[in-house]
Order: sequence, then structure tokens, then C-alpha cells
Amino acid sequence: MATTTTPIKAEARDLDFYYSTGMKALKGVSMPLYEKKITALIGPSGCGKSTFLRCFNRMHDLYPGNKYDGEIIMHPDNTNLLADGVDPIEVRMRISMVFQKPNPFPKSIYENVAYGLRVRDEKNKRVIDDKVEEALKGAAIWNEVKDRLDDLAFNLSGGQQQRLCIARALATDPEIMLFDEPTSALDPIATANIEELMCELKDKLTILVVTHNMQQAARVSDYTAYMYLGEMMEFGETDAIFTKPTRKETEDYITGKFG
Amino acid sequence: MTQASVIKNLTEVRAMIKRHKVNDYIFSVIGIIALMIGLLTLLTLFIDLIYDGSARFNLQFLSDYPSRRAEHAGLLSAWVGSTLVMIITFLTAVPMGVAAGLYLEEYAPKNWFSDIIEINVSNLAGVPSIVYGLLALGLFVYGLGLGQSILTAGLTLGLLILPIVIVSTRESIRAIPVAIREAAYAVGATKWQVVYDHVLKYSYGGVLTGIIIGMARALGETAPIITIGALTFIAFLPPTPITSEPPYLNFEWLSSGFTVLPIQMFNWLSRPDHAFHVNAAATGAIIILVTLLMNGYAIRLRYKIRESIKW
Repeated sequence: MATTTTPIKAEARDLDFYYSTGMKALKGVSMPLYEKKITALIGPSGCGKSTFLRCFNRMHDLYPGNKYDGEIIMHPDNTNLLADGVDPIEVRMRISMVFQKPNPFPKSIYENVAYGLRVRDEKNKRVIDDKVEEALKGAAIWNEVKDRLDDLAFNLSGGQQQRLCIARALATDPEIMLFDEPTSALDPIATANIEELMCELKDKLTILVVTHNMQQAARVSDYTAYMYLGEMMEFGETDAIFTKPTRKETEDYITGKFG
Repeated sequence: MTQASVIKNLTEVRAMIKRHKVNDYIFSVIGIIALMIGLLTLLTLFIDLIYDGSARFNLQFLSDYPSRRAEHAGLLSAWVGSTLVMIITFLTAVPMGVAAGLYLEEYAPKNWFSDIIEINVSNLAGVPSIVYGLLALGLFVYGLGLGQSILTAGLTLGLLILPIVIVSTRESIRAIPVAIREAAYAVGATKWQVVYDHVLKYSYGGVLTGIIIGMARALGETAPIITIGALTFIAFLPPTPITSEPPYLNFEWLSSGFTVLPIQMFNWLSRPDHAFHVNAAATGAIIILVTLLMNGYAIRLRYKIRESIKW
């Protein structure tokens, strides 16, 4: 797996981020996101990995006073996602997100998946039906819910809800999917299902995942970035990071001496 | 430690727990007494009203105009007036209150100005109702020339319950978890799509509850209605809103004189003849009953919606 031949889907360049409190949460972070690969962000709590992830879909724009400095360039169109002229909604149309805790809408299973299409003004029932089925299949939950699409999403188990949320994020054909600790609220079996799913999804799209679980990063990701105190300490192929990290800090964190 | 001292220790611990539990007992007794004083007083009042007014509980009481003879006097003009005033109140307070609540919660930038508005809205809920009456007298009756009409009364009560609607709207919006909002934004929804598809749909139970409680309050309000000059003896109905000839809708009722239930009650109560007091008691019982039904429905609604949407 030679880094040079893999195309880059998006790239953070010298990114600073300030919360409205004035706290500088990211300091000069640069990192490529390779196309159709899984990149994992690891690091101790408060290191800025979730903050970094949420820059990619401009989630910070929902709260006043937050400030970005630097660029996230999306390829192939070379759009700077953080530019003032770029509408955060446009960014979210291209980059979808799965959250830490399953957060389905209090609506039917069908409506949860269809919502992204409705937001995109899709009115054709046939198209929506097909897309919903495709997304639910893609999220490996179709067989469990196909007979009760009109049931409330809340009636599903935690793991099923999270796969439903993945289906919701998948239905809109995103280019990049962001996962913010997607399994931290799930049991080991549900976690294994989600991990397997992520590996299947990378055939179609680029994935960025924040995880607290080092084994998870090692299992699912192709590239790993270690962050500490808002800085990018080390980035590289997962095998390399886990077997021979170049920095002492990374090694300490990975081996559990710290963090 | 010997076995004997363990057992001795255990007896001490048990005695201590028993001592501490006395406080539990004392507080629950105080709590029940406090609850009962309030509840029993109201209950006695309600039963007394029903007992006093029982002679007039019949359909005729609802279909007769007021009269000089107590046994022929009825509530027709009062309940029709109350209903029409409530319609105007509803049409004023609901769109304004919900829109204001939504704006403050979802759209307004958080700064010193919105803080001032927020404090004022909460304070408005505590302004004595007669002050609203005086405001309405100056603004609606004289300023805008709406006269002592159903429209004036409806607008006044609408203003009166506006803070209740705003506050309950904001509270039920705030109960929606951030995670649900973020989920909607994350698929690319605009603010209005989030508000319309999610915020309104998940909060309408609480909003509706606030509206019903506000309406129940408006139904019993007397002071502001007296201030704007409601009539106390009225032996006619406002013109009907729907007519048999084109254009089928008639808005003359808006400017009609009127009376409402609590004023009719007040009027009967202030007469020396005891027979009218029976009418007043019956009216009071009806007002309380309607208010209780409205509040009961609001509670049921909230309960049902909580069943279907649990975060």
C-alpha cells in the first residue's frame, strides 16, 4: 500500500480552531484523507480529535462564536470547505456523519432513512423507496427491519439504531462519512457489526473515524493519526503507527503507558 | 474484632437508621398536611358551589338570556360571549406566542438584547391582569377605536396569555436533545427544515399544553374584561358569523357588545336577591368544571405524547 499512489479525497492544511470561549482547540493540524480508505483519529480525551472531525462537516457553525483558521481542501473540485463563501449546508450535503450515541429521529424507520432525501427535495416515492432499501441494505440492517419499516426507530436496539443512523447517513450518497466514536455506546457484538460494516463501506466512500479504542483503530483503519493537546503528533499507515511509531509520545499512548 | 462487638455495632447501626428514618416520617406527614390544606379547600369550594347551584343545572339555564327574574335568567349570552372571545384569544395568542417562542429559541442571536427580551417575557407573565385591562382600554378601546367589543376582549386576553404560550413553547423546544438537532443538520437540513420537520413536531405536545392552560386562565379572567367595559346585562346574541346569503361570512360580531361567564357570575353575585346567588354558584361551578376539563385534557395530552417520544 504505497501512500503516493492513493488519491487524496480531502486534506486539512494548517488548521486552527477556536471555540467561542477563546480556547484554541486545534493547533496547526494538517492531515490527508485518502480516498476510499479508513482514517482513524486516536488520542486521549480532550485532545481535539472530535473537534477536528466536526470541522469536516462544519458542525461548529451551529454554535455562534466558533472560529476556523486554515483550510480543508476537498478533492477533486479543490473546494476549501472552511471558506467563508462555502455554505455549511453544501458541505453537509457531501459529507455525512454518524454520532457517538445513536440518535434516530422519533419517526418511523423508513422516515429516518428518507429524511436526507426529503431535505434534497426528492419527491418521487419510487426513488425514495429504492434509496431507503439500498441504504438499509448497505447498513446491513435491511433483513431485520424490512417487515416493519413503519415502526418507530426507538423500538430498535442500540446497535440496530446505530446501523439505522448509518443508513440515514448513507442514503444521500456522501463522498465522505464521519464517525464520531460510533461504538462507544454499544456492546461488543454490536461493535463488531459496526466495524465490519465500516470495512464494507470503504469500497464506496472515504471514512474518518474518531475512536477511543486503540484495538478498533488497529482493526478497521488504513491510516491512523495520533493527536495530543490539539496538535497532530503523528500520521501514517496504521500498521506503521502501531508497530514502529516514530515519536515516543505515540508509542507511550499506544502501549498504554499514558492516556 | 470479636463477634460480640460486631453484633453490638450492628444494633447501634440499626438504632441509628431508625432515628434517621423518623425524619422521613415527619416530613411525609408535613407534606400531606400541606397538600391537603390546599386541595381540600378547593374541593370544599367546588362542592359547595355545586350544592348551591344545583337547582339551576339544566339546559334551560344554558339557553336563556339573563332576566330580572332569577329563575328565568340564563347563561346564553355569557357562554356565547366567552366562546367568541376565546376564539379571538386563541387566534391571537397561538400564532404570536409560538412564533415568538420559536424565534427566541431557534433564531435569535444570544446577546444582551435577547437577554433583556427574555427577562421581560418572563416578567410579563407576572403582571397583574388589571394592568392588561388598562392597557387595552387605552390602546384597543380608545387608541385603535375598537370599542367595548368582542375583538377588544379577545385581543386583551390574547396579550394576557401570550407570555404563558411563549414560555411553554420555549420550554418544550428546549427539551429536544441537541443530538436530534445535530442529526438533522448533519444530513444537510436548513434551519427552517429543522424547525418545521423536527422542532415543531416533537414539541407540539408541550406547546399545546401551554396553550390549553393559557386558555383556561383566560376563560376565568374578570378584571381586564371589566376594565375594558364588558356589559353586565345583555339580552341579545352577537350577529352570527355565518350567514345564509353571500358572502356567507359576517364579521359584525367582532364589534358587538358582549358579556362573559365570570362577569355574568359577578353581576348575579352583586344582587341582593338570594335567588340570583344560586345562579352565580351554578355559573361558578360551570367555569371551574370547564377549566378543570381543559387542564385535565392538557395533562392527558402531555402524558400521551411523553409515551410516544422518549429521548
